[in-house]
Amino acid sequence: MKILVLMKQVANKDAILRINKESTWIEEADLSFEVNESDGYALEEALRIKEKTGAGEVVVVSMGPQRAKSVIKDALARGADRAIHIVGDNVVHLSPFAAATVLAEAVRAEQADLIMSGLQSDDYGYAQTGVILAEILGFPHATIVIEVDASGAELRVKRELESGWYQWYTMPMPALLTIQSGISQIRYATLKGIMAAKKKEIKEVTPSAEIVSKPSHQRIEKIYLPMKTKQTQLLGGGDTKRGAVELAEKLRSEARVI
Amino acid sequence: MSNGILVFIEHKAGALNKTSLEAIAAAQQLGNSINAKPTAVVLGAASLANEIAAYDLEKVINVDHTQLAEYTSDTYAAAMEQAVRALDPQYVVMSHTYLVRDFAPKLAARFGKGLISDCIRMNAESDKTVFTRRLFLGKLDADVVSDGEQPIFLTFQSGAFRGDQAVKESSAAVEQMPADVPEPRMKPEAPFQEVKQAVDLSKAEIIVAIGRGIKSKDNIALAEKLCEALGADLAASRPICDAEWLPIDRQIGSSGQTVAPKLYIALGISGAIQHLVGMKNSQTIVAINKDPEAPIFDIADYGIVGDLLEALPVLTEEIRKLKS
Repeated sequence: MKILVLMKQVANKDAILRINKESTWIEEADLSFEVNESDGYALEEALRIKEKTGAGEVVVVSMGPQRAKSVIKDALARGADRAIHIVGDNVVHLSPFAAATVLAEAVRAEQADLIMSGLQSDDYGYAQTGVILAEILGFPHATIVIEVDASGAELRVKRELESGWYQWYTMPMPALLTIQSGISQIRYATLKGIMAAKKKEIKEVTPSAEIVSKPSHQRIEKIYLPMKTKQTQLLGGGDTKRGAVELAEKLRSEARVI
Repeated sequence: MSNGILVFIEHKAGALNKTSLEAIAAAQQLGNSINAKPTAVVLGAASLANEIAAYDLEKVINVDHTQLAEYTSDTYAAAMEQAVRALDPQYVVMSHTYLVRDFAPKLAARFGKGLISDCIRMNAESDKTVFTRRLFLGKLDADVVSDGEQPIFLTFQSGAFRGDQAVKESSAAVEQMPADVPEPRMKPEAPFQEVKQAVDLSKAEIIVAIGRGIKSKDNIALAEKLCEALGADLAASRPICDAEWLPIDRQIGSSGQTVAPKLYIALGISGAIQHLVGMKNSQTIVAINKDPEAPIFDIADYGIVGDLLEALPVLTEEIRKLKS
């Protein structure tokens, strides 16, 4: 089975974000990056399927500037067989439809049996690119998947619904799945894996200028820090212990919950 | 030019999903800016269509097809595509639920675009409408405009509008719309609940919830001591349950329980949207987090910026003193 895993590099979760001068995005200089969380789980699931079926190939597909190589190399060290890197400085800002179009162009010839991605990115958070890619390629799909059974002729997947409900779906392959975070424990790269990754192929692809330059149907006018809906009383003034003492008092005298 | 607004109504076996009332409220507000009443679409569930007709709508379109008895992305996308093409609306409004996330990008793709997804508010005026959505897991807001052709596909976050503000009016007409709905490629089995929820947090008066910031499983004991002192129930954000440090029936958020206690103390929880929707209606919210920019502080009444492991023993001790 050939499995493609879509992985995106995003700003580190704990990074302090600074807004750029134009107020259209964040300052990326000096920012640390990491793999999008749910994409990491998609890779883990792909590796497990390959191990269970005992044959096949896991191909990482990432779109972004050269810095995205660190995500690709890490995925290869964890066990992916090879990678496709769609290189471009502005591709991370593509609309979900344009991103899916570029991805489709890059992966169509691979004739994958299964494509997996995380359920949404932690930067733009569109939660659409995977589903649109499935539509463009003509694949059936399932979103927010938390269990995959790829042992039969058809794929059987467990989807998370809301409020603690779940549902199993069966579908033919090729198919596309978007994976929920926490589906399994992610493996670490071993030293052996890191060494082996150095010999693995990373194919660079340039997206077609026509798609990338096409104006998006949604455009960010400006970004800013969220407006506070509540006036938060910050306690302690930097002294955590004093803050705790003040908090206990406030909970009694103001909030009256003690 | 404008043919109004189409609003998607979600249901589970005929039972209305309450967020659809929020979608109606959003669509009505959007409608005021372009002088159009929204048209609602109900797939399957003919009786629900009559119920929805009580709202102030242009009309209710019902597609009642045997293939729509159960939800699948293939059948819903096909039926909605035909409704959108028939009506040619300026906007298609939906709630950003798991079901909509599953089929709506597919629907929008058939019109050569994506969704303006998970919007938290809008500023609708006759010449220009701005939609606001969250970036970076709630750390930043973005004002988004659409430059493309209609229809514009929108999804709104749960709670962005109030369902009880959806305007009712004497009965709108219900129209049956025939549609070609294919047999879906994906076959659903019956939905189920994993375990009977052993813990019902919805009745708790005080909740102490822990997130990534608790750092290790051993530190949970500190939060348990605070619970004892307060008479509180212990809960958690998703990563804690994913790591199996606490059972899943203590998870708060879109995939767990929704609560509104008198007091909610969030310890080391950054406040991703998925968590906030499960607790933002709590009466008093306290956040302790080392990151001053954490979104949880946007909705907190009281906050301490600092190390929760340092704050916890002191807070527990102080509360014990005050209670004795």
